[in-house]
Amino acid sequence: MRKTVAAISLGIIIAILIATALLIHPFGYPPSQMDDYIIENTQSETGANNAVTSVVFDYRGFDTLGEATILFTAVTGVVMLFRKKKRGVAK
Amino acid sequence: MIMSKIVRTISNLLTPLIFIFGLYIIIHGHLTPGGGFQGGAVFASGIALLIVAFGSYNIQKKLKEHHLSILESSGALIFIGLAFGGIATVFFYNFLVGSSFFGHIPPTGFNPGDIWTGGIIPLMNIAVGLKVIAGLSVIVLVMALASSKIEIEE
Amino acid sequence: MTGSIFNIPFLAVAALVGIALYIIISQRNLIKLVMGIVILESGINLFLVTLGYREAGIAPIYTNAPEGVMVLPVPQALTLTSIVIGVAITALMLSMIMLTYRHTGSIDSEKSRKMKG
Repeated sequence: MRKTVAAISLGIIIAILIATALLIHPFGYPPSQMDDYIIENTQSETGANNAVTSVVFDYRGFDTLGEATILFTAVTGVVMLFRKKKRGVAK
Repeated sequence: MIMSKIVRTISNLLTPLIFIFGLYIIIHGHLTPGGGFQGGAVFASGIALLIVAFGSYNIQKKLKEHHLSILESSGALIFIGLAFGGIATVFFYNFLVGSSFFGHIPPTGFNPGDIWTGGIIPLMNIAVGLKVIAGLSVIVLVMALASSKIEIEE
Repeated sequence: MTGSIFNIPFLAVAALVGIALYIIISQRNLIKLVMGIVILESGINLFLVTLGYREAGIAPIYTNAPEGVMVLPVPQALTLTSIVIGVAITALMLSMIMLTYRHTGSIDSEKSRKMKG
């Protein structure tokens, strides 16, 4: 009973994915209004030659701040999971 | 677990080249493809090569987790300090464009790159690079230490 | 109808996501479950990068650039963040699997179910 429900729902999800892949815009001609502005004005407003770095650190700096917080939290979690109760037991 | 003499010699020769390549990718982030995250990942994979070749117990004697956590926290504090530098206009304002320190404006179109351009972007690249180096090294070192002690205890 | 039958990269993304969902539903070994989640992550990153491709485009960098139109830079910036989040999630999941093995002695999701104490 559980296996038939799982198989039917997996089939429906894969059908929706394939239909979306065939109906999306043709590959190579994306709609681009914001990116034309960024490519034109990168060198005069930020002074960097690299458009991707200027988007990551200047036009969308808040996302980079959130990502630095996620990296810090993951490192804290990994170090906390491997602590010993008494130091110097097994060396 | 320590590897044989050939592996240790080759990794002694290769590791300074990997470190220099990672630092090159971090600093030239505003001219060529790359930046803070990519260069930090290359540097941390050099440290992972050292851990695999020499054993995690020998590396832990020289490279303690306490010093790496100080490096990571200072990288985060420099990043937030630079973000608060231009608070007179908005939160993440690029306040070094036009001045003399990292503030030249490049000519439009095709040009060979000049390293003193970019405003506040190279300094933020260095801060994020420090954070990623320390973070990924701590993850690899702690997991290698924990999985080797299981064999010792049993 | 907007769309064409030649969107091959988007069909590749649909295949990757479908395989990853099948692995997550049907595997019992915990390490293989983590591999399924990593494949799902890679499929979504591929989708983000191929959303912004222009016909016969070059990289959006002005240093020694050849002739041509540039591809869109914003989806590449979003993919950078997504890759770092995937690394953080994989590190935490593998640490929890190591602790589960230490506590209960097996990495089968049916046998390590009853945790006592």
